[in-house]
Amino acid sequence: MNMTDEQAMLFAKALVLMGQGIGAGLALIAGIGPGIGEGYAVGKAIETIGRQPEAKSSATTTMFIGCAVAESTGIYGLLVGIILLFVNPFLKHLG
Amino acid sequence: MITAMAAAAAEAFYDTELHVDVLGPKKMITFMNGDSELFSISETVVTGWLLIIVLFILMKWLTSDLKVVPTSKKQVLAEWFVTFFQDLVKDNMGARMVKYAPYIATIFTFALTGSLVSVLGFRSMTVDINCTGTWAALTLILITYNKIKSNGLGGYLKGFAEPVAVITPINILSDVATPTAMALRIFGNISSGMIISSIIYAFLTILSNVVYNALSLKLAALNYFHIFQIGVPAVLSIYFDFFSGVIQSYVFIMLTMAYVGDAAGKDEQAA
Repeated sequence: MNMTDEQAMLFAKALVLMGQGIGAGLALIAGIGPGIGEGYAVGKAIETIGRQPEAKSSATTTMFIGCAVAESTGIYGLLVGIILLFVNPFLKHLG
Repeated sequence: MITAMAAAAAEAFYDTELHVDVLGPKKMITFMNGDSELFSISETVVTGWLLIIVLFILMKWLTSDLKVVPTSKKQVLAEWFVTFFQDLVKDNMGARMVKYAPYIATIFTFALTGSLVSVLGFRSMTVDINCTGTWAALTLILITYNKIKSNGLGGYLKGFAEPVAVITPINILSDVATPTAMALRIFGNISSGMIISSIIYAFLTILSNVVYNALSLKLAALNYFHIFQIGVPAVLSIYFDFFSGVIQSYVFIMLTMAYVGDAAGKDEQAA
């Protein structure tokens, strides 16, 4: 297959964009972990409130903080996805 | 008839540009040196200073004309604000650390208003990693200062080699990871909310255009008026702007208090 330089460049760009898209999708798999973890935390908090209704406010606050902290791994995945999708960091290596 | 409508709708769908503004804050003021760019001031800095001025005036107004026995509602509000943060710091860091209450209150107020300013049509300050990174760096400085203060410089440096000397690189890495995680947490949460909001706005624009085209409505004003953009984003904004903003600001100060309190040592807390 004979390609001009222009076509080869276009092909290379298409490959890079494809890789970025797939990579972004894979990066967002990181959202599964925090989802399960936060669900577990909320479930436990509800159990606590059911057992000790007087501890509702402190259980809720602690649960929200725990959820926000547990979220960070998901956030890292999200950031990688955002960077891959919108910043296109690898396109500039094509020259 | 139906085919024509569908064709018009599809055309509107492909003509509307999906405009998602995630590539950092725009430069508002640029200082030029001849032809080369000297330095620029970003939207974050401008919004930040506007917020500082507004908050300063608000606090001045709240704390003006104080009386021993509060008679006005604003004094009750101001006292509640101060007491809330003092109690929070006492609960989390111990009574001797209550001098950090103004710092904690400042960070919380600034982070909260910085996140919620997007409701007024500005770009949130916390969508800029430079802003959250600065706050996290302040936390790192406080942690290091308190560690050196309670252990001495030698004890601080020795602390890296505990429990065994081999683990030193990991200890240094975990010291760096703490503020990085804090900065990324608030940044990631608010910016993901902003991206989702922009995508929803773009989608509602497309939807409105599709409906206009399908109904063959052709008015110049309809280019700027998108019927589905009324009301729908507000509901989602309750979660993505208010909920995330409040929770993440609160988490940021809670983590700051936990880390700084931990660095200062808990043993004297009971005193």
